[in-house]
Amino acid sequence: MSAPPPASPRERQADRSAARRNRWLAGPAVTIVALFGIVPLLIVLVYSFLAPAPYGGVQWKFSTDAYLNFLFQRDIFSDALEFSPAFLLIYLRSFVFAVITTLICLALGFPTAYFMATRPPEQRNWWVLLITIPFWSNLLVRTLAIMFIIRDEGLINMALMGLGLIDKPITMLYTNFAIVLGLFYSFLPFMVLPLYSSLEKLDFRLVEAAHDLYATRRQVLWRIVIPMSAPGIVAGCLLVFIPALGAYVTPLILGGGTHLMIGDLIAQQFGSGRNWPLGSAQALILMAAVLVALWVYVRNAAKGGKHG
Amino acid sequence: MRKTLTAALLATAGLAFALPAFADGELHIYNWGDYTNPKLIEKFEKQYNVKVTLDDYDSNETMLSKVRAGNSGYDIVVPSDYTVKIMVEEGLLEKTEPDQMANFKNMRPEFVDVYWDSGRHYTVPWQFGTTAFAVDTAKYSGNIDTYAILFNPPDALKGQINVLDDVNSVMHAAERYLGVPRCGADKANLKKVNDLLDAAKPNWKTFSYDTITKMTSGDVIVSQTWNGAAYRMRQKISTIKYAYPKEGIEGWMDNVAVLKGAKNMENAKLFQNFVMDPENAALISEFAGYDNGITGSHAFLPADFGQSPEIQPPAGSPTPEFVPPCPADVVAIYNKIWTNLRK
Repeated sequence: MSAPPPASPRERQADRSAARRNRWLAGPAVTIVALFGIVPLLIVLVYSFLAPAPYGGVQWKFSTDAYLNFLFQRDIFSDALEFSPAFLLIYLRSFVFAVITTLICLALGFPTAYFMATRPPEQRNWWVLLITIPFWSNLLVRTLAIMFIIRDEGLINMALMGLGLIDKPITMLYTNFAIVLGLFYSFLPFMVLPLYSSLEKLDFRLVEAAHDLYATRRQVLWRIVIPMSAPGIVAGCLLVFIPALGAYVTPLILGGGTHLMIGDLIAQQFGSGRNWPLGSAQALILMAAVLVALWVYVRNAAKGGKHG
Repeated sequence: MRKTLTAALLATAGLAFALPAFADGELHIYNWGDYTNPKLIEKFEKQYNVKVTLDDYDSNETMLSKVRAGNSGYDIVVPSDYTVKIMVEEGLLEKTEPDQMANFKNMRPEFVDVYWDSGRHYTVPWQFGTTAFAVDTAKYSGNIDTYAILFNPPDALKGQINVLDDVNSVMHAAERYLGVPRCGADKANLKKVNDLLDAAKPNWKTFSYDTITKMTSGDVIVSQTWNGAAYRMRQKISTIKYAYPKEGIEGWMDNVAVLKGAKNMENAKLFQNFVMDPENAALISEFAGYDNGITGSHAFLPADFGQSPEIQPPAGSPTPEFVPPCPADVVAIYNKIWTNLRK
């Protein structure tokens, strides 16, 4: 490898001033992110360390109660400060649902993306268009549609009973199954699109070469296709996992609300709960948990990529 | 590009200047969604040559946080009873003295000295209703006028119940069933409430505000709900009946209030007076399906609605109880019970 000839001072200066000029191109986006992303986050951070005002809002009094109350609560009846797993259980449930959703999306999204990427180039854009069709209508409408299909007197149960396969409706709506189905349906495109974009760049001559060298289909998949599409898998999993974790509408409608999810819990503090600091702390704890999970995941994914 | 931008800017500026010319004035109303009869607005616009803009919210808390932030640009808001109290205490409402207005004589006397605005110095009634529950009597024929239906249901109703996703409605219903006071801080009583809810929850199918669909789709046989919603359910399934539980019933009222320092103060006052006219109050009820607190408005309502059991409680029904906001320490305990119930 030959090193490029060193740039003359004048060239370097030209590069730098071009860079300086181009920097302004990011200005609007950076301003918007700072103004509407970072500033509100700081407000949430400050609020989480204040005391709640009696009718919602905050009192300007420093307090760490919101964080303390996340794990420890004064027992309602004996007044003893003790470990209270209620919030933790709600977080855990949301995490489990998000992980299951991500895995199902990956398992079903990967073959779909592979199929799309192996179509003739002129057809591919049509397949991408088909994947985006769900986005043309509102998420709420689509979730309500699922509700009508899976309810006791809905399409599926009516069809199965009409065919004489079952005599009593199978209860699907307002169960955990319904929540996962709704989440999987809502987020599948977010898995397929990044997978497709990395599979599309895959050099299929490598696959042919592997076959020529007597690799089995399984070996081709695990040692060629999956490692080469790792960036798409990582991106897809993140795009599904993070929104699924905070999902609000889908679990509320399809789960029937008997068990809270993180989204409901946080919304509740700002509504009837009248405890904004606790809601702020819960939101920040969620963010911290996501960041830790991300860090672990990306590190492992990078390692896996290198060794595989 | 620059040319089109300039043109667009000019057009917008032109529009902004042109708007007030259509009317003598403006009025900006911020009300609950799907709650304002367009005919009412049209009538007000014609009568006073005022241009009305309407915006909607989905909860008292949403409205409150927007108003608290300041400069909301609204003149009129429609807070519920307890929210009026909060807003008066926080100095967010203008003292418009509706008790001095021409149509004040139409207000039903029992709604003048209310806890949230005694003597009516700030607000006038928009609509009021009750919170209890509805039962499909085709599927359950026993006595429904007791909270035992929700908290200690017969076998036929187990797993067929929707309760409101609202901590206060559920807590207050439980307190009535047990015969303990609303918002009580007594630990022994709260423990009883907690145990009652824990025992009842396995019998509940869902927690949801979407009560009409839940009932009319057959998802549940019983749903905690409001009288006006029960009326709408009955239009679809004639066997659905609204219960008047013997242990007591919750009342609520939404009220027309004027924000402090409203830009269109005179029009806002005109509007408060306007909705106290029986014919106009009837327009409000006709659209949203609740009673309105104005004497003589029933004459302008369709008979099958004005005389329905949801609007005219049968003799011997409990008097609705309007519950003030609970103190902060009780709210904190309510929340713990509520979160624990649904963890």
